Amino acid sequence: MLPILFVMPVIQLLVLSFAATYELKEVDFALLDMDQSRVSRELAAKFQSTGYFNLQAETFDRNKAMEWLDAGRVSLIIIVPPDFEEDLTNGREAPVQLIIDAVDGSTAGLIQSYSASILNDLNAEKQLELKIKSADPAVVQAKTINLIPQNWYNPDLDYITFMVPGILVVLVSMIGLFLSGMNIVREQEIGTIEQLNVTPIRKYQFMVGKLLPFWIIGMFDLLVGLALARYGFHIPFLGNLATILVVAGIFLVVIQSLGLLISTMTNTQQQAMFIAWFIMVVFILLGGLFTPIESMPGWAQNITLANPVAYFIKIMRMVLLKGAGWQEIQVMVYTLIGMGSVLLMVSINRYKKTTG
Amino acid sequence: MSELAIQTENLTRKFGEFTAVDNISFDVKQGEIFGFLGANGAGKTTAMKMLTGLLNPTSGSATVSGSDVYTQAETIKKNIGYMSQKFSLYDDLTAEENIQFYGGIYGISDQDLSPKIDEVLESVSLGSVRKQLVRSLPLGWKQKLAFSIAILHQPKIVFLDEPTGGVDPVTRRQFWEKIYQVSDRGITVFVTTHYMDEAEYCDRISIMVDGRIDALGTPDELKESFSSDSIENVFIKLARSATRGDG
Ligand SMILES: Nc1ncnc2c1ncn2[C@@H]1O[C@H](COP(=O)(O)OP(=O)(O)O)[C@@H](O)[C@H]1O
Ligand SMILES: [Mg+2]
Repeated sequence: MLPILFVMPVIQLLVLSFAATYELKEVDFALLDMDQSRVSRELAAKFQSTGYFNLQAETFDRNKAMEWLDAGRVSLIIIVPPDFEEDLTNGREAPVQLIIDAVDGSTAGLIQSYSASILNDLNAEKQLELKIKSADPAVVQAKTINLIPQNWYNPDLDYITFMVPGILVVLVSMIGLFLSGMNIVREQEIGTIEQLNVTPIRKYQFMVGKLLPFWIIGMFDLLVGLALARYGFHIPFLGNLATILVVAGIFLVVIQSLGLLISTMTNTQQQAMFIAWFIMVVFILLGGLFTPIESMPGWAQNITLANPVAYFIKIMRMVLLKGAGWQEIQVMVYTLIGMGSVLLMVSINRYKKTTG
Repeated sequence: MSELAIQTENLTRKFGEFTAVDNISFDVKQGEIFGFLGANGAGKTTAMKMLTGLLNPTSGSATVSGSDVYTQAETIKKNIGYMSQKFSLYDDLTAEENIQFYGGIYGISDQDLSPKIDEVLESVSLGSVRKQLVRSLPLGWKQKLAFSIAILHQPKIVFLDEPTGGVDPVTRRQFWEKIYQVSDRGITVFVTTHYMDEAEYCDRISIMVDGRIDALGTPDELKESFSSDSIENVFIKLARSATRGDG
């Protein structure tokens, strides 16, 4: 059992991060540059500089490009119309056509959204240049500031950088919730709880005794995961590691108290497992791991306010990727402390040494 | 009052409509070996769980070493030892670790505990397997370990629920020798059994039938009043009226 507890999260972290990736890798594209201008060359260069796109061939013959697409030599054709630069600089619509090999729908979707983001970027730069030329200081300022969010975190849309901290939180949560959720009910099933209940042990002593070993395991797993994130995945650690560890310690108490509560409310390990799974799935889906909380409907956003996993994922990303400090996360940490205290007290209260 | 280890009056436990323990009243004196006899399903375990604070009674009253089972269950737990009918120590710990664990819970200090562990293990001749996982031990040895943990903290009363159930005759004999030793130290012993020959070893016995106590007294008294030559025959006479159980 014990080796599994330590090896499992490492394997899961690797598998989930690499295998379940939505990231693009090296998309070969053909370029039909009818414009041959400075901006069109910039556009091509911009696509290549992201590292996700690789200029495979250039041509002026659309049919030839379509042949390459059919043959699978390229999976994207970028067509820059004549007068592209002129239209752009004069503020007219300057359409760039993308022909995408959509056999793999999800890859096609990614190509589209990556391309859109690159084009947006380019567009913004060009607009900015225009504005600078027009030299209205207020506008220039506004634009400069507006550009910052795009560079905030993960500017090159690096999936792994974004996902690893969140996946780590989910793994630690699962271990914490399942271990503690199964525990008391397991002792009940095999009967060892009876011998304990007939001793003068205090209820809080019992609960803390249950919590502590799993807390240590959880912290250890988190440390291993963080080391892997840092040195294996090269996740930036912009913030303070100690902050992460303190929050993790609080978070584990929250999640394990919830587990113990499940354990006191169920009669069999199977029931406990079922409920723990259910809660975990909700926590993950509403945790902002895969889909941003900000784009959820209002009612779902309200539910995430009671989701400790959502807080910890957010804190992890903020501290590791944005370098956030105590100021920015303290409200969330206090919320976690509140949750932990309530859950722990309720579960101590629910645990009965004498059956009714 | 203070000489009574256990005192119950009309103690009753129902599970839904079913009355598992039906208005039992009895006293156990300090230092006594009190036997609780009855067929399977008679209600012995249920009665014992109410006395040890594991189960709330439905009605009636009971005190154990002067403390009320309803309101002072945790005080009772300081004064008693308990050996459950179903083995309930940790299978995945060694014999020694189990003793260490429970010694810690009962607040025995580390320096008292380590000589105590040696002494306890020797007294039930488990010294040779102290480092072995409990799950690998034969049932009789597990029972001996459970017994030694029940008396580890020098309780005033020890509750033994079928300590000799499923154990070979030689080990049963050893068990009773241990029980006498414990009794000689002044510990009150409350023991359930469905082996009728063991009844003869008790100072006093009660016989439970269908949740009721149908007979109570010394073995000699019971044999006389039921005009039988053995407790087994007393029991058979009483058990004819039983509607419950398979024993
Ligand atoms: N938790 C429970 N729920 C329902 N019935 C129970 C429960 N515990 C015991 N019983 C019933 O009460 C009766 C007495 O059981 P028990 O006290 O274990 O008998 P004994 O120890 O004398 O064999 C049995 O019929 C048993 O099925
Ligand atoms: Mg029984």
